[in-house]
Amino acid sequence: MNADPQAKAGQPVLKVDDLRTHIFLKRGTVQAVDGVSFHVNAGETLGLVGESGSGKSMTSLSILRLTPKPGARTVSGRIEIDGINVLDLDEETMVRDIRGKLVSMISQDPMTSLNPVFSIGDQVGAAFRYHDLVQGRSAIREAVVNVLRRVRIPSPERRLDDFPHQYSGGMRQRVVSAMAIACSPKLMIADEPTSNLDVTIQVQIIRLLREIQKETGVGLIFITHDMGVAANICDRVAVMYAGRIVEIGDVETIFANPSHPYTQGLLDSIPHLGRRRERLYSIPGNPPDMQNPPSGCRFAARCPHVMDKCRSEYPPETTVAPGHMAACWLVGKSG
Amino acid sequence: MLNYLIKRILQGVISIIGASAIIFAISRLDDPTLLLLPIDATPEMVENLRQRLGLDLPIVQQYLIFLGNALQGDFGNSYRWEQPALQLILDRLPATLELAFAGLVFALALAIPFGVLSAVYRDSWFDNFAKLFAMLGQAMPNFWVGLLLILFVSVNLGWLPAFGREGFDSLIMPAIALGWYPVAAMTRMLRSTMLDVLDSDHVRMARAIGVPNRVVVWKYALRNAAVPLVTMLGIYFANMLSGAFVVEVIFAWPGMGRMVVEAMFARDFPLLQVGVLFSAILFVVVNLLVDLSYGVLDPRIRHD
Repeated sequence: MNADPQAKAGQPVLKVDDLRTHIFLKRGTVQAVDGVSFHVNAGETLGLVGESGSGKSMTSLSILRLTPKPGARTVSGRIEIDGINVLDLDEETMVRDIRGKLVSMISQDPMTSLNPVFSIGDQVGAAFRYHDLVQGRSAIREAVVNVLRRVRIPSPERRLDDFPHQYSGGMRQRVVSAMAIACSPKLMIADEPTSNLDVTIQVQIIRLLREIQKETGVGLIFITHDMGVAANICDRVAVMYAGRIVEIGDVETIFANPSHPYTQGLLDSIPHLGRRRERLYSIPGNPPDMQNPPSGCRFAARCPHVMDKCRSEYPPETTVAPGHMAACWLVGKSG
Repeated sequence: MLNYLIKRILQGVISIIGASAIIFAISRLDDPTLLLLPIDATPEMVENLRQRLGLDLPIVQQYLIFLGNALQGDFGNSYRWEQPALQLILDRLPATLELAFAGLVFALALAIPFGVLSAVYRDSWFDNFAKLFAMLGQAMPNFWVGLLLILFVSVNLGWLPAFGREGFDSLIMPAIALGWYPVAAMTRMLRSTMLDVLDSDHVRMARAIGVPNRVVVWKYALRNAAVPLVTMLGIYFANMLSGAFVVEVIFAWPGMGRMVVEAMFARDFPLLQVGVLFSAILFVVVNLLVDLSYGVLDPRIRHD
């Protein structure tokens, strides 16, 4: 690792500006990501929160330039990773210099994220082999053992030649994490890395990610639909709804003082111990059809505070406090 | 592993004995003596021949005698050729194996690139072409493919011999005719498995850490698609070994299939029995090899 991983902490490793990724289908265009801007600093964890279909995963795949083909395409915007606009690069450069080296991913389901017919050593070693960082079979083996040790896999030299099905769910997620950190990327995207794990294992993985971050100073995007998990690991939280970020701010601010009615609804949906309710709260209604999104605020149809203005004009991104932004007409009014 | 192997071999032996019993019973439904003797043969002559061939005994006893002799390597003489039936079949076996193997190589050489590339370039012109090709392949029976090949390549162009087994040239067209249908079937199957695999989380993960596309496709994804492919391959190879007679007849290929079919028409039971028995053995062996290959291809499949 670098001598002082914290040296660059605070500087942005990722800047996303007005990103638009659309899915082109025969029956129309789905505006999956529609004007998203945010940044992630070194050593920081940004939570990307929202329900299924809000564009979280499509945003992260856009950053990796791995949107599903054919169909999805990033149509405009800017994605700067460590100062490089990756939207300008060709596929060959992405493979050789960006993916794995500058940015990597920890994918959702540890049970399906490892190739079942190749050994752990082979798969983790791929990160080294195809970036020409380590040459030769035994050197790669050694590098793999080291990185497996970093994700706290017990006696890695003996488990190297095992296959994924011989690992437990939690251990597999550690292997996936090892693949992601192998080439010391500046940015890591964790797409719901804990949603398919037992609660006790979830805690272990979150702890592991924190430790890795402390060691390496990597910037982390943590995608989740679980506000509880977000509160646990994130420094800042961006709430996505229908392809846009509706609120972004420090984790304490978002939880203590949510300004967007959608964020408030999400927080109300968390079940609380000791609080008695007949039924769990859920936000009424469904997200809008993203082929023909409403011209006004996309949450208007479900919003308890909806006004006439909301239905016709999309609210501007308004600063509530320094570092706290919400896109809601109510913010300017009450503030 | 050893237990599994022994179990599978025993199962195979039972299958082979079962096949021999069935073909033995079916072939006794008709009386060969009427074909073997001149049309004006007296009833005494018929009875005489039946006794000589052992056909007057109860069928169970006949079968047990057959089994007993077979275990000693004696399958009787062919009625028609008046030579040991086993030797006749063994003489033809290399030609059949050669043709089936060539058909398999042809099928794989086309099906793997077609299936993989049409999944990678989904909905492109190549994919559409491969889909059309696969549909045509499955719609064209192999005898028709064989006749078309003879007509165009041999008769019109004069490039390749139309029949016989002399050198590599004469192998090309029968192999194509035999492999034609498997190419189509395997292309379609490989395309759909590859589409599934290429869409999987582990392929996305490999791409996310910067594994180049060619490695993702030809190593990571193809290996995952190999188990269903090998299953299909085994079925077609076994079919080619035993069911190639149509192609063998068209190209006058001196193989086992043709000899067995001719034996059937001639009520040449000893020859027919050995032929069917060999088909059964080849089926059992190929299936066993396919099952054993699963363990090599996919570490999750263990033969404990």
